[in-house]
Amino acid sequence: MIKVTDLHKSFQQLEVLRGIDAEIKQGEVVVVIGPSGSGKSTFLRCLNLLEVPTSGDIVFEGTSLMDKSTDINKLRQKMGMVFQQFHLFPHLTVRENITLAPTLVKNMSKEEANRTAEDLLRAVGLADKADVYPTRLSGGQKQRIAIARALAMSPDVMLFDEPTSALDPEMVGEVLEVMKRLAKQGMTMVVVTHEMGFAREVGDRILFMDGGKIVEEGKPAELFGNPRHPRTKDFLSKVL
Amino acid sequence: MDFSFMSEYWGFFVKGAELTVLLSIFTVILGGIGGMLLSLMKLSRIWVLKAIATAYIEFFRGTPLLVQLFIVYFGLPQLGLSFNEFTAGVVTLSINSAAYIAEIFRAGIQGVDKGQTEAARSLGLSHRQTMRKIILPQAFRNILPALGNEFIVVIKESSIVSVIGTRELMYNADTVRSNTFQPFEPLIVAALIYFILTFALSKLLGVLERRLQARD
Ligand SMILES: Nc1ncnc2c1ncn2[C@@H]1O[C@H](COP(=O)(O)OP(=O)(O)OP(=O)(O)O)[C@@H](O)[C@H]1O
Ligand SMILES: [Mg+2]
Repeated sequence: MIKVTDLHKSFQQLEVLRGIDAEIKQGEVVVVIGPSGSGKSTFLRCLNLLEVPTSGDIVFEGTSLMDKSTDINKLRQKMGMVFQQFHLFPHLTVRENITLAPTLVKNMSKEEANRTAEDLLRAVGLADKADVYPTRLSGGQKQRIAIARALAMSPDVMLFDEPTSALDPEMVGEVLEVMKRLAKQGMTMVVVTHEMGFAREVGDRILFMDGGKIVEEGKPAELFGNPRHPRTKDFLSKVL
Repeated sequence: MDFSFMSEYWGFFVKGAELTVLLSIFTVILGGIGGMLLSLMKLSRIWVLKAIATAYIEFFRGTPLLVQLFIVYFGLPQLGLSFNEFTAGVVTLSINSAAYIAEIFRAGIQGVDKGQTEAARSLGLSHRQTMRKIILPQAFRNILPALGNEFIVVIKESSIVSVIGTRELMYNADTVRSNTFQPFEPLIVAALIYFILTFALSKLLGVLERRLQARD
């Protein structure tokens, strides 16, 4: 579904991604772990072109993102993204947050968009919050709404950038629960996280990044149980 | 102090105040639209637009309003573009105010968290849709106090167009002054009316702001 080849990204002098090759298959949950500053977010943000790669190629469903003629807005509709800081739209109600993109960019009717929003709100357990403004919500609720908002576009893949890192500990569980259910339903997901329990339980494959490269990858049992690379061992010994 | 002239001349002050308010409203609307466009140009990635906006803003903030007024009223007719006193006043005040409002808008737009743009773009919204639906509404809320302040500034500065004969509050007060040979009292009345206008406006804006804030 997504194929990344020799991806490089620099910010001025700083080379953050130094040759990434990766493939994400339909229905797969890929979890990206690694120390702070290793380029995890940058990698994820390159996948939907929030960061423009310096070189290399990303092919999504057969279309190269680096091709100048690619309509990036069109492709982004198929890639949901969830941010660490939620980024709900504060001037819109929860319902409006969810229905905005479907009605605006997919020309979905108001009625249909509202129905979708209600279904999604029920799915994330927040059916009663439709008419509330985001400031009234807790962090965990905000993140669940942010997930619903992304899902309203019925994307083919969901990108998560540390979705639970800004949450109070007691709210982490409710968000992970929603993500687990999503994974079970067969959603293709790329998740950057420090939640090793989630990675182990839900991940089909783990990518360990360090210094702008994928140092090691494998199934959770392999990578956590028997890391081969010294840097993976070192990292895991610190976080587990 | 002798305010007995008021019984005869109160209509002058009412008419003048009306025109002052009208001038200011037109200015804030036109200046607001112009200022918004300029701010979008200045934040644009197209360098020609950026350069035009920057030059405009620097020029109109860097030259006296009186000079701008004379250029519009006395200068432009040379190029075949003439305005009556009211229109010349509105035009000058608007092009001047647009430069200030542009900077207010720019600060407001830049004050909106970058994450808002990223969230909107990641949902597939275009740059334009993101601006219209996400950034500008939030920017507008952020800048409402500054915008209200600009409105107040415009009410006060509009008095300058009296020099080209626009019959607004200052001009009429001055007419009363020369008709009655009272150099003091008519101007006190004018000052009082200006103050009431600006004070009422600032109170009104305060209420509006609290309303908007109450929503979140
Ligand atoms: N817009 C930017 N401009 C300049 N440098 C940047 C920018 N974004 C990221 N960087 C730098 O790139 C490096 C990698 O950042 P990135 O956010 O991808 O790391 P990360 O693995 O997600 O780290 P964390 O776990 O802390 O989120 C860091 O050194 C960071 O300072
Ligand atoms: Mg990060």
